[in-house]
Amino acid sequence: MAATINPETVHDVQGVPVHNVHRHDVVIVGAGLAALRAAVEASTEFDVAVVTKVYPTRSHSGAAQGGIAASLANEEEDHWEWHMFDTVKGSDYLGDQDAIEILVKEAPVVVREFEHMGAPFSRTPDGRIAQRMFGGHTKDFGRGGAVLRACYAADRTGHALLHTLYENCVKNGVRFYSEFYALGLVVRDNVCRGVVAWDIADGGVHVFHSKAVMFGTGGHARVFRIASISLSSTGDGPSMVLKAGLPLEDMEFLQFHPTGLYEHGILVSEAARGEGGYLVNGAGERFMKKYAPEKMELAPRDVTSRAIQKEIDEGRGIDGKDYVYLDLRHLGKEKIMSLLPQIHELAWKFIHVDCVKDPIPIQPTAHYSMGGIPTDNDCRVLADGKKEPVVGFYAAGECACVSVHGANRLGTNSLLEASLFGRRAGKSIVRFLREEPPFPELPADAAAAAIDEVEGILASSGTERAGAIKAEMQARMTTDCAVFRKGSVLEQLLKEVSTLRERYRKVRIDDRARDFNMDLIEALELGRMLDVVEVMVAGAINRAESRGAHSRVDFPKRDDTGWLKHTLVRRKNGKIEFDYRPVVITRFAPKERTY
Amino acid sequence: MAENEKRKVTFKVHRYNTGGRARERYVQAYELEVAKGQSVLDCLNEIKWKQDGTLTFRRSCKSGICGSCAMTINSVSRLACETQVLLLGSPTITVEPLKGFTVMKDLVVDMDRFMEKLIAVKPYLITKTPTPTDQERFQSPADRAKLDGLYECILCGACTSSCPSFWADEEYLGPHALLKAYRFIADSRDEGRKDHFEALDDKHGLWRCHYIFNCVEACPKSLNPTKAIAALRRELAKERIG
Repeated sequence: MAATINPETVHDVQGVPVHNVHRHDVVIVGAGLAALRAAVEASTEFDVAVVTKVYPTRSHSGAAQGGIAASLANEEEDHWEWHMFDTVKGSDYLGDQDAIEILVKEAPVVVREFEHMGAPFSRTPDGRIAQRMFGGHTKDFGRGGAVLRACYAADRTGHALLHTLYENCVKNGVRFYSEFYALGLVVRDNVCRGVVAWDIADGGVHVFHSKAVMFGTGGHARVFRIASISLSSTGDGPSMVLKAGLPLEDMEFLQFHPTGLYEHGILVSEAARGEGGYLVNGAGERFMKKYAPEKMELAPRDVTSRAIQKEIDEGRGIDGKDYVYLDLRHLGKEKIMSLLPQIHELAWKFIHVDCVKDPIPIQPTAHYSMGGIPTDNDCRVLADGKKEPVVGFYAAGECACVSVHGANRLGTNSLLEASLFGRRAGKSIVRFLREEPPFPELPADAAAAAIDEVEGILASSGTERAGAIKAEMQARMTTDCAVFRKGSVLEQLLKEVSTLRERYRKVRIDDRARDFNMDLIEALELGRMLDVVEVMVAGAINRAESRGAHSRVDFPKRDDTGWLKHTLVRRKNGKIEFDYRPVVITRFAPKERTY
Repeated sequence: MAENEKRKVTFKVHRYNTGGRARERYVQAYELEVAKGQSVLDCLNEIKWKQDGTLTFRRSCKSGICGSCAMTINSVSRLACETQVLLLGSPTITVEPLKGFTVMKDLVVDMDRFMEKLIAVKPYLITKTPTPTDQERFQSPADRAKLDGLYECILCGACTSSCPSFWADEEYLGPHALLKAYRFIADSRDEGRKDHFEALDDKHGLWRCHYIFNCVEACPKSLNPTKAIAALRRELAKERIG
């Protein structure tokens, strides 16, 4: 149990001015869908602060386009059991079925609450929330065709939901600390006591002392060169968790979205295929018929990305190059402009293609982190990755691993997971705080490690540029750890990663000022990315099978005897240690996965 | 030009940075070889990562959706991430912070006031009728269509930065806040007209706009704040006549 608070000493943190020590019941790090949904929930009863490195509406949830899954059955017959089957099968049977059952059963409530909060969903003719098709979402336990399950606001669903949550946080009086970069967690004796952060605008270390900390820090796919995700999605949360000596789960599973704008990696929503778009190779053929004869372009993302990569690798890209076409022309201008306006805009602005007239060049792009911080179904972070929660520490959304996505996430399940488990985290925190626990004691050296890290970089006389290390890391990840992976290549890559980590110790920045020092922030972010990359690559080497998004050419088959289990990884005394946790299977026994 | 050809471009960046010296304003030129498809943000990143780490700007999604990287590029407020350098057709690109905002450092401006003005219009759905349980509120596609062109705002600041009325009156709410207010006034589900109007009916609010239309030109999302402001005035007139 948490120690009692001593009001005399609580604000006495070594090296941090008193006015930089803040106290809130709840401190949430991040400001995407998971974080803000938790904030909306907890702020109805308690004092909530959100600490975020970008202004809340800049969070990457806003870039999500296609929809949020829920079996509302507004457009046609649908059932949560069907949604559950699709999610389990989509996960390549690595998703925990108790958590998935929660996800699909509560989905309609979460979506309707968004509507009640004001989200501008597109509507059916009779005024209900409109729904569209998405990859891997089917009727009748996969026996029927694609089902209309993704609730949407044109192709700006993430934007619409993120702004709705921000607006409701404003309404509830949530306190925002915008442009504060979290540096570390304060966990002692298995009790979370707060977060240390850097005030980007003015410079300076701040300590946030709280009864509950929640991480909704987002994904880490930015470790790849070709990536759909924002420059800010650098794995800060998972890295802080590793540094606190806690484990991460299933870090080897990283989703590659099939359709990134060529060379930019920018997302072209699966809604484009949901509305009927084709994938076409250099020979002008709809090649998905070879890989997913029934579901074609609406096969799940791992299957589709592998198909595209295989076409490219075997010389059937457009003009033999490393891209294929996403062809929307047959949909016609009216449908494109009303249902996929943002895709039209992005293709035009970024690669100067008018998708009404021309096909869009696309390639797989690093997109979504299935792995992350292990939590139980109430979003409590697990100290051992299995059972034992860290008191007062919660996580949800892409940074977490509950695990509902297993080895491969279905499209539209991410907005759902982030908001649904964000809401659960909020409720869980409320239950915890209603018992009126005292503020845990804040250790005097709470900020020591963070201060050392920042001051070390600011004063470094090293020789390495962060930009150069980052570019090498991202390039190597995209060539060696992407859609197809191979043991010998990964082994080499892991050595390279340790060299990069060595070089990072000598990182030097040009900007020595304290105010708005983005040179410092980018160097810090690189350190976090290297932490994440190391466990991701080590995990990819360790998992000697192919499952979902993790595809090993030297172990091409799924191995349920050896590997139907979650990976837990932690750093202990500089070494990487693995442990495992069984998959929760309740309704659907693993079967061969075809589409 | 050929597919892989690069062109030499000079970026003249307006800086406000200590650079180890006393804080001062100055223009710094950087030269880069730019390829087709490279955006202004790609180039600023390349400068930061390879030439000069002190160059400071905001950025995040690099997909034109987060609104972080609005700045003044060749005198026009734009998102750096979706502005292709070679399409500007100029060997020299001038990059400045958003006009009318307080500069914090280089291309970074203070957004706090901008956000406070947004909050002033009570930017959320206000309802009085109890929400239905186990069901969404219904809204016809025609009513929903009234929100198109309003809900897409990414709060980048390009409109407000381009607005002469804002340059003249820093208390002016600005087109972004007024557009947001109309997003809720226009929503068939909203029952809080009076609450939203409260902050608007003021000389620094709805009546400060002089229909100059700069905001329309500046909006990277092709939204029309001026039209929204005109509609708000009509609605407010109706409200007064009652």
